[in-house]
Amino acid sequence: MSGYRLPKGGHIDRSRALSFTWDDTRYMGFAGDTVASALMARGERILGRSFKYHRPRGIMSAGVEESGAVVSLGKGPTRVTNVKATQAELVQGLDVWGQNSWPSVRMDFGSVNNLMGRFFGAGFYYKTFFGITGKGTWEWMQFEKVIRKAAGMGRASDKPDPDEYEIVHDHCDVLVVGSGPAGLNAASVLASQGVDVILAEQDFAIGGTILSGLSGDIEGDAQAWLTGKVAELNDNGVRIWPRTTAFGLYDHGVVGLIERVTDHVERPGDLPRERFRIVRAQRIILATGAVERPFAFGDNDRPGVMLASAAATYVGRYGVAPGKRAVLGVNNDSGYASAMILAEAGIETTVLDARESLPRETSERARAAGVEVHAGRVPVQAVGARSVRALDTGRWRNERALAEDRIDCDVIGVAGGWTPVMHLISHKGIKPVWQEDLTAFVVEDPGMEPVGIAGSAAGQFDTASVLKAGIKAGEEALRAVQGKKHRPLPGPLSDWEAPLEPVWEITDPGRKLKSFIDPQHDVTTSDVRLAHSEGYVSVEHLKRYTTLGMATDQGKMGNVIGLALMAEESGSTIAETGTTTFRPPYTPVSIGALAGDERGTHWRPTRHTPMRAEHEKLGCEFVDAGFWKRSWYYPQGSEGLAEAAMRETKIVRGSVGMVDVSTLGKIMVQGPDAAEFLNRVYSNPFAKLPIGKARYGLMLRDDGIVFDDGTTWRLSETDFFMTTTTANAGPVMLHLANLLQTRWPDMKVHITSVSDHWGGLAVAGPKAREVLDAAIPDIDFDDEAFPFMGVRQGHLRCGQGQDIPVMTARLSFSGEMAWEVMAPADYCPAMFDALLTRVTAAGGVPYGLEAMDCMRVEKGHVTGRELDGRTTADDIGLGMMASKKKHYVGRVLAARPDLVREDRPRLVGLIPVEQGARFKAGSILFPPGEKTGHGLGHVSSIADSPMLGSWIGLGFVSGGLAEWDGKEITAENPVDGESTAVRVVSAHFFDPKGERMHG
Amino acid sequence: MIRINCPFCGMRDHTEFTYEGDATVKYPELDAPEDKWFNAVFLRDNPRGWHREYWRHAFGCGLFLEVTRHTVTHEIKSVKVAHPGIAEVLAPTDAGSETEEAEA
Repeated sequence: MSGYRLPKGGHIDRSRALSFTWDDTRYMGFAGDTVASALMARGERILGRSFKYHRPRGIMSAGVEESGAVVSLGKGPTRVTNVKATQAELVQGLDVWGQNSWPSVRMDFGSVNNLMGRFFGAGFYYKTFFGITGKGTWEWMQFEKVIRKAAGMGRASDKPDPDEYEIVHDHCDVLVVGSGPAGLNAASVLASQGVDVILAEQDFAIGGTILSGLSGDIEGDAQAWLTGKVAELNDNGVRIWPRTTAFGLYDHGVVGLIERVTDHVERPGDLPRERFRIVRAQRIILATGAVERPFAFGDNDRPGVMLASAAATYVGRYGVAPGKRAVLGVNNDSGYASAMILAEAGIETTVLDARESLPRETSERARAAGVEVHAGRVPVQAVGARSVRALDTGRWRNERALAEDRIDCDVIGVAGGWTPVMHLISHKGIKPVWQEDLTAFVVEDPGMEPVGIAGSAAGQFDTASVLKAGIKAGEEALRAVQGKKHRPLPGPLSDWEAPLEPVWEITDPGRKLKSFIDPQHDVTTSDVRLAHSEGYVSVEHLKRYTTLGMATDQGKMGNVIGLALMAEESGSTIAETGTTTFRPPYTPVSIGALAGDERGTHWRPTRHTPMRAEHEKLGCEFVDAGFWKRSWYYPQGSEGLAEAAMRETKIVRGSVGMVDVSTLGKIMVQGPDAAEFLNRVYSNPFAKLPIGKARYGLMLRDDGIVFDDGTTWRLSETDFFMTTTTANAGPVMLHLANLLQTRWPDMKVHITSVSDHWGGLAVAGPKAREVLDAAIPDIDFDDEAFPFMGVRQGHLRCGQGQDIPVMTARLSFSGEMAWEVMAPADYCPAMFDALLTRVTAAGGVPYGLEAMDCMRVEKGHVTGRELDGRTTADDIGLGMMASKKKHYVGRVLAARPDLVREDRPRLVGLIPVEQGARFKAGSILFPPGEKTGHGLGHVSSIADSPMLGSWIGLGFVSGGLAEWDGKEITAENPVDGESTAVRVVSAHFFDPKGERMHG
Repeated sequence: MIRINCPFCGMRDHTEFTYEGDATVKYPELDAPEDKWFNAVFLRDNPRGWHREYWRHAFGCGLFLEVTRHTVTHEIKSVKVAHPGIAEVLAPTDAGSETEEAEA
């Protein structure tokens, strides 16, 4: 037991007691507590275990930089691991768990690693497991299983996250990040001038250091000043967002923030757990403050060792004393403010100031407050096995400690200087610069970024300067949003009485010390030296070799010490050594928040054709094709896919069927130059396509590879209706837009995507004419009046005088006599019903994609499986279509030698040699006797053909039919090891002369 | 995330746009010799600094825009409509605050 609740003080609500559990033990805290302050008030000292050595860890800070008190919160699927107890707001009924330990953080068998510490130095795993045997990987994996169990942090749930998240977009003139004195003043200046301001604060309370009392006096009463400012900002319409972390700064004033909405609410109702807020601001003010840093001394990771400012914060903000007797090791004036807060709370407090010459006024004030002050003294080694019970001190001479007396204490505070929080501006690639007089990295010039930095974040470390800097930053942002010229903000300054004396590590020639700089990952000062002696001389190497700064706090506390020691070892300055790169996020972000609602069926759009309900009424099964749900097959009774598709295919070939073709891309191409445009876009001629006719067109890419195919219908002199494949509806539209807007802006052509405007059904089969003749009385379907590839417009009769305007073209994908009938989407359900009645009366059925695919394979028609971005027009047997008389997109590069080689894989038909055998799409085709290498080509599509009574396939074979017609080759499926002998035949399996679709 | 000031729609996130390639490439005539087509289709510079590129306002007006962007800082110097006829109708604007000043 060490910490305890003070009888008064703090920003907690003592009238609202909250109960929570710590490793199943029930405790009480108050509203306004963090998990850390509530546990400290109950005297808990060991809240965690370190990553490698499993050494006990206690509370080391009071904020996001926490490296010791890392816990898990919650139960079951909502359990969150690696939460900093110093940040987590206490809520009624919260379950808090220690982690990285067994059976508990107080007694952890894994701590045996600590005894092995001297074997586990930097790079231990690299050295031990590289090349331990001749084999490597397998052995490493065996060791890894054991190591993974021993290491690792909390255990995450393996259940889906049941929480809801949302993404919110916001705009403002100025975003102020941080609500300390600087941020409040900046927001106040702006809001009073009517500027639209958002003030974001990661903490659940507004006020920053004012809350802990560390900012000292502001206009007589800091607390009253804070309350007044917040009221003023509210009156002026500032959006104040507590619990909202600006985690990343992006281009052009875009900031990513996470708002924790319900973690602090006992019954959240319908609210999301977190909101991912994307804010676009004209100007951003970073008033993100600074993080105090420690320096390294012996066993400085013992529970009870913490930042001096943190010790003061527990007293000032939470009304909790971290212990009864405190010793603070300081190297600058700011430590005295912390000491006085402790002393005033009745804690016996001693300051060891490393500096020989003390700041006279400051130290006198501290002494008057009851603080014992020693000059030229430093902490050397913490004493106590499980937590601090005393401190060995030393006299600081020539950067060495000479042993002095031992002081009994239960809290050791360290004030080693301040590290400005400049992560956000660093996200933009702006490197912080080392300021020798400030002993800190700061960003002085944000370059072209619309960012101002104010307060301790800019290296202003006393309250008066911070307040002034806030006003300046507000004024500068005001000028910027008003479009006026603005000057850069004042640079860093500090009016400390005596300069800071850089102290990074206390060494005592008389003893061997284990001094930590990254307590979470167990990186010690000797690890840094070892890394250096082994040749890791750059900071980025140091980081990766020692894992310094790679723990969940990302080195917010200890990194600078590591850099300083590295500089010392290499005989260079810290400025020369530089810092590692900061990247978003500033603190950990839930993946769920980034995804927001965009998961499950909201992950991407689902597209249905206008006849969805009609398909469903018939029990249709759908298949995913891109975003589309396409009708796949219409099972009857217990039929599966294969049986249903077989039946549908037979009926279409025997009488008639209808299929939904609404998913085809549809583009209106209109204007005086439309015909010429199409003539350039397609490889075959379009300039002279007569009105009332359609033509199949093949489109190439610039590089000569086939892009897409489809039919284009000429409706008038200047109107063309183009259809594309389902998959390429978007890409073709984009291609045409690109040509018209960037390459041929002189062409008088307008294109409009009408894919969703029109829905369509294809009616196919020997009885298709009979069906359509009756259904569309104002069109003559006689062969002479409506020849193959003809286009007609008319009206489909749907019962009593209700006629639907339709467009129809005589086209065939199935190889049967067929028409595509297009109607505006709203009319499609009625069209479906009307045609279904007539199709059924003629003995036909609706058919799905599976039957359609079977019929097109029988006909050797290509789809995306054949137009796979590698095939030329010649490869798919359509080279003859290409015009030799005109110039079109892709023609020049299609003539490249490699694209016209005779031995390119060319489209062929494939049929198993053995009756009844089947083979799979994707199989590799080999000449007989071969099994390895690239083979001759591959199988692209297969179908179980009712017409041929066999499985058949389309594929590509080097040299094509010319070389392999009638010959036997092998389809090897390397995935399941199957091998099928197949015969190469023409791809036109069924009705090769196309007699069925004519006449 | 960068933001692009579409001359037709105004300032928008880049997620509304699709990148459509190098605007400095001059595509040859359809009957130009193979080497010209080869250069236009396959060869690209990778400049460090200012670069002209096409962005299409896919979830907006659909126009192809010619954006002059700094490939290191992402600073955008100018945005104009690629189609000269449409550009003429929409008064040419420079990115950012100058537009708003002109309007105000």
